Amino acid sequence: MAAAARAAECGVRVGIVDDNFSLGGQIWRSGSGNDQNHDKRNHPEPNVDERNDEPNDDNQNREAARWAHRVRISGVTSLCGLRVVHQPETGVLLAENLDGFCELSYAKLILATGARERFLPFPGWTLPNVMGAGGLQAMVKSGLPIRAKRVIIAGTGPLLLAVAAYLRQQGAEIAVICEQAAWGSLARFGLALCSWPTKILQGLQLKREIAGVPFAASSWPLSAHGDEALESVTISRAGRVEAIPCDYLACGFHLVPNVELPVLLGCALRDGFVEVDDFQQTTVSSVFCAGEPVSIGGVDLALVEGQIAGLAAAERTTEAKAWFGHRQKTRRFAQLLDRTFGLRSELKSLPTPQTIVCRCEDVSYSRLRESTSWRAAKLHTRCGMGTCQGRVCGPAAQFLFEWTPDSVRPPVFPARVETLAAIAGPLELLPSEARGEH
Amino acid sequence: MSNITFDVAIVGAGIVGAACADGLARRGLRVVVVDREVVGSGATAAGMGHIVVMDDSEAQFALTRYSQQLWEELRPELPEDVEYQQCGTVWVAADEEEMIEVHRKRDYYGKRGVPTEVLDAQALRIIEPNLRPGIAGGLLVPEDGVLYPPCAARFFIGRAEERGVDLRLGATVEQIGQGRVRLTDGSEISAEVIVNAAGTYAPHLTPGLEIRKRKGHLVITDRYPGFVRHQLVELGYLKSAHSVSGDSVAFNVQPRQTGQILIGSSRQYGAEHKEVDNSVLVRMLERAQEYMPGLARLSAVRTWTGFRAATPDKLPLIGPSTGDRSIFLATGHEGLGITTSLATARLLADQITGTTSEIPIEPYLPSRTVKEQVHA
Amino acid sequence: MPSQARLPQVTVMVNRVPVVVPSGTTVAVAMVLAGQACRTSVTGEPRGPLCGMGICFECQVTIDGKLHCRSCQTLCRQGMELDTEK
Repeated sequence: MAAAARAAECGVRVGIVDDNFSLGGQIWRSGSGNDQNHDKRNHPEPNVDERNDEPNDDNQNREAARWAHRVRISGVTSLCGLRVVHQPETGVLLAENLDGFCELSYAKLILATGARERFLPFPGWTLPNVMGAGGLQAMVKSGLPIRAKRVIIAGTGPLLLAVAAYLRQQGAEIAVICEQAAWGSLARFGLALCSWPTKILQGLQLKREIAGVPFAASSWPLSAHGDEALESVTISRAGRVEAIPCDYLACGFHLVPNVELPVLLGCALRDGFVEVDDFQQTTVSSVFCAGEPVSIGGVDLALVEGQIAGLAAAERTTEAKAWFGHRQKTRRFAQLLDRTFGLRSELKSLPTPQTIVCRCEDVSYSRLRESTSWRAAKLHTRCGMGTCQGRVCGPAAQFLFEWTPDSVRPPVFPARVETLAAIAGPLELLPSEARGEH
Repeated sequence: MSNITFDVAIVGAGIVGAACADGLARRGLRVVVVDREVVGSGATAAGMGHIVVMDDSEAQFALTRYSQQLWEELRPELPEDVEYQQCGTVWVAADEEEMIEVHRKRDYYGKRGVPTEVLDAQALRIIEPNLRPGIAGGLLVPEDGVLYPPCAARFFIGRAEERGVDLRLGATVEQIGQGRVRLTDGSEISAEVIVNAAGTYAPHLTPGLEIRKRKGHLVITDRYPGFVRHQLVELGYLKSAHSVSGDSVAFNVQPRQTGQILIGSSRQYGAEHKEVDNSVLVRMLERAQEYMPGLARLSAVRTWTGFRAATPDKLPLIGPSTGDRSIFLATGHEGLGITTSLATARLLADQITGTTSEIPIEPYLPSRTVKEQVHA
Repeated sequence: MPSQARLPQVTVMVNRVPVVVPSGTTVAVAMVLAGQACRTSVTGEPRGPLCGMGICFECQVTIDGKLHCRSCQTLCRQGMELDTEK
């Protein structure tokens, strides 16, 4: 959104494409508006000053509303519910939605494909009502009642706290937050945050929001139990094993960048992230990239990188440069995240031989253990060959077996045969979409 | 280990190399298999996995029929992950002209003991309701089948290993000859006989081999159980496989046990890179939709390419090479590698051990091309 | 701030049983509320939504006879027929 608004404000013709119902991605997910923040998001007051004693979510809502406003009034064409699946020729993207498909041609492309949660397998993780941390939050934003429901939040990363705060605000009973990082790492993280005043503020606010919620470091889920759906979770906590009955388990181990589309377009990666220069330009000269696919750095870094990308794509290099210092500072937070929330080796021993690792093809840990490489595993067990195209099992297998993922082929997302077969699509874009409403 | 001289060293752990390893091990030979990747990669990983009896020529019929029967004999021993199904092939006739071809095929197969059934338009619609109305009919060959090739290759290697066969993966062969297989890491393997089963890589090891890469595309869908029940091939396929040059696409779909549908097929010469060629993909899918309009709305999960090893006369090379007689060839199978892997293994093992084969071996001997030159 | 009760309601059929949800609820949420799995895995396990953002495909539901719909990305509409996928 930041990239689109900035570029459009420079007078460039801008379109934004997103698979979700509306803009905002995961952090600024507005869902369908059935949770308690519906009103605030849909009735933005861009001129109201930030109030420091309000919940974090409200601040995010205001930020989101401000940018949504800028996107709207700068004349950006918003295409939601539309998914890019392929680039059949240079400068042309093939996208589809439920009704049809279309081709989007561009002179410059900015990829802000974000990140997804990393899921690690453990016994019972496939039970219904075991979801990602962001996953459960997304479900609540889409109307799942959570008031008085018992939730365990587990995994790693600042997302756990943000989700805890949100769910609590919606009336959930959080039994415990299990963070696999050790107290030492977390304490250092806390101290390091002192360099960022806004982060301290956010931290204090968060602390208030989740005051009283049990928080355990060096803690992780051992197994989830239930007949047809989740009934309880057994966790490891300070070396002790505890079984806790609950309605939902919100479990995610930090984030994995969505680099599939960048790789399909020929962008080079470095250490699994999209390689960009100071202007957020990738190794493909017409393609820019900002946010999580470049480094997992949170909202603030994504905002500044997005703006630099938007300005650079609009060839406003001087204006883009003005943001370099801010980006430099914000980038350190990304590096801090990396250091703090690295996965500990105990997590590699969570799956038992029968634990399913590839959920699309039901491939168990024991079958994967026999394979010598990701390619062998794919060929012989079909792990990673299912509908999710390895988005869930790939990062898990990479952590468990240290396998390197292989190349990306089209479609980067399942697409209808008729879409792939199309040269020119018949999709009529509705007038409201062309006007930039979303 | 390095002082051993193997009876046979096989270069290539694709379906052909794997079947050969299994076959030679059963005859008590000391075998080593070398592959630069994993078991069942190369064309074995990319192809559909069709077991089909072909009527292209007497030699092709003999080899495919022999091999298909060997597969059927092997069926009780195949593990689940090989996904062997005798679902049959239907050669689809789009119009009355192609129905003439259906009858010709029926006669050809019938004379040679291969059961078939001619289907008129109505009968075809009953067994394959998703073919478009207006298709004239087809020929059902019920004994043809399908399987999942990488696991079949792994099965053969597994059986071979149980009989003491050595397996060296991730090892790239640089040169073969004079009883030695030299790897790129400098090490050497010593063997009385060397089998070049390296598919499209075979000409690197045996210079002068007339093998060209023939690129193919495939698409696999999400699960739609019952959408397709048989391997479906348009009769125009033969025209496509027939042409020795030029790019072509043909309607060819295959059901997997999971309910996923494999959509093919395409053939290109001269395409070196393994990226998906969008123009070919589009043509292939358009052709497929012409025969099965319902394919249009199905979800396609993956697309990929592979390279077939193609010879000028469309028959594989099975037998001693014309240069170094200690080198045997088992390659050049184009689109029939899965089908003819078992027969290839038999014929090869026969020749290495000096046994008479159950079918004539002359049409597949590497020396056949040299003979032709001599007589010209 | 509107409470959920004040939002318009829609009735959907989950495995042939009517379920009432506020307008704007996703199909995935309706399945969870009805206590029904979205799909059955290859080895017969019941599965429900995992990622909530449309990338895991665990939430696939048959909607009005159409297979493999990502229910976390689909809003409930009056009269929709939702069936757990085999």
